Amino acid sequence: MNSGIFDIPSDLQNTYWGLVGLHLRLALIPVVAGLLVALPIAQFCVLLRWLYPPVLWVTTILYAVPSLAFFVVLIDYTGQTELTVMIPLGVYSLVVFVPAIVDGVRSVPQETLDAATAMGLGPVRRYFQVQLPIAAPAIIAGLRVATVSSISLVSVGMLIGNQGGLGNLLNDGMIYHQPRLVWLSVIGTAVLAILADALLVLVRLLVTPWMPRGSRKPRPVDEPEARPEPAAAALEDAVR
Amino acid sequence: MNVLHFINAFFSDNAHWHGYDGIPTRLREHLQYSLTALAIAAGIGLPVGLLTGHTGRGGNSVAFVATAGRALPSFGLLVLMFVLLGLGLTPVMIPLVVLAVPPILVTTYEAVRSVDPSPVDAARGMGMAEPRILFQVELPVALPLILSGLRSAAIQIVSTATIAAYVSLGGLGRYIVDGLYQRNYEKVVGGATLVAVLALVMLGFFWAVARFTVSPGVRRGS
Repeated sequence: MNSGIFDIPSDLQNTYWGLVGLHLRLALIPVVAGLLVALPIAQFCVLLRWLYPPVLWVTTILYAVPSLAFFVVLIDYTGQTELTVMIPLGVYSLVVFVPAIVDGVRSVPQETLDAATAMGLGPVRRYFQVQLPIAAPAIIAGLRVATVSSISLVSVGMLIGNQGGLGNLLNDGMIYHQPRLVWLSVIGTAVLAILADALLVLVRLLVTPWMPRGSRKPRPVDEPEARPEPAAAALEDAVR
Repeated sequence: MNVLHFINAFFSDNAHWHGYDGIPTRLREHLQYSLTALAIAAGIGLPVGLLTGHTGRGGNSVAFVATAGRALPSFGLLVLMFVLLGLGLTPVMIPLVVLAVPPILVTTYEAVRSVDPSPVDAARGMGMAEPRILFQVELPVALPLILSGLRSAAIQIVSTATIAAYVSLGGLGRYIVDGLYQRNYEKVVGGATLVAVLALVMLGFFWAVARFTVSPGVRRGS
């Protein structure tokens, strides 16, 4: 039992690295799905201004539901499966993405959009070639928060029939009185989160080569009726 | 059988309103955990955030602490502390504080940093001492953002304090964890509703605080 640091009890039917892979899958698929769903929602919120406050309210309320309760209530519909863990994580990532993307896309100056239109770009090309790239830093900031919190939340899935990736070690650590397993779970999850975060910083440097390196980005000049809170606050809102 | 049916059944059952497992007791326990953790986290995050934001130094350390705090899984940390320290309130407080410090610290730092520098320079030119600049010029302007940081920390704490029940403590999580093991969805849904309502009450509370404490001039200008 104590022969190797990474040995884990056989009842989990997985190796440590298998659990790491499982953990990443459970955490990252919902984030990607959340991003894909949030892009059109955010675009609607940018196009129709009145839509944004109610959408924010709905996401804030969903975000107030504790993850554990969300998982357990879903068991009734989707059973003790991976999907039950993924749906809440996807919903929580939406809460991060929608304000991040809306703020990012809104921060594109009107002159830039006018210039793009004058150059003959249609709305679709303008969205993909002008708005999205300029909004990329804000979107990636949201992606970082969503990814890190998703990775750390997966562990709670352990409670619904060992669907928690590395979190599955927590219960075994408790019932077999092996603090080593708990350490493996906590440190492993934290390292995964930090690595994912670092990777996304790297991605941001690659996709935004025009931004000054190593210095803070200048604050976007908000239009007068923009929300009082800058993007940083909205992002913080969604960490849980 | 839908969720609303369960909610109705849970709240209309008279047995859920009395005794050590009654809603008032669990609610009080939950509030006790949450408010203690929020107070400790604010006691750490606010002074450090104000100081680093005012001096403009230590931004990288703030970002590092925030990332590290976010990366640590609350649930894993809870079990770890329980295994190391045994039953008690400390194993629950540590993960909740670790969870709440990053939002408070980062928003406070950002809020003070992003105060318009011209009034600050004017105050300094008028001979105001640094602490007075911080508390009488920067703090009132930064207050809405600082409160939003505290608000998101409070909501996170309230919804995460449910996991205390996993290590045999009370709070509203008791209904969720017990309901899960007893296959009693009525209890789970009832507990979840209570937590969500409590989180929304927190939201309303901070909204009211912001309404009364933020200077009208700052509110109009934003």
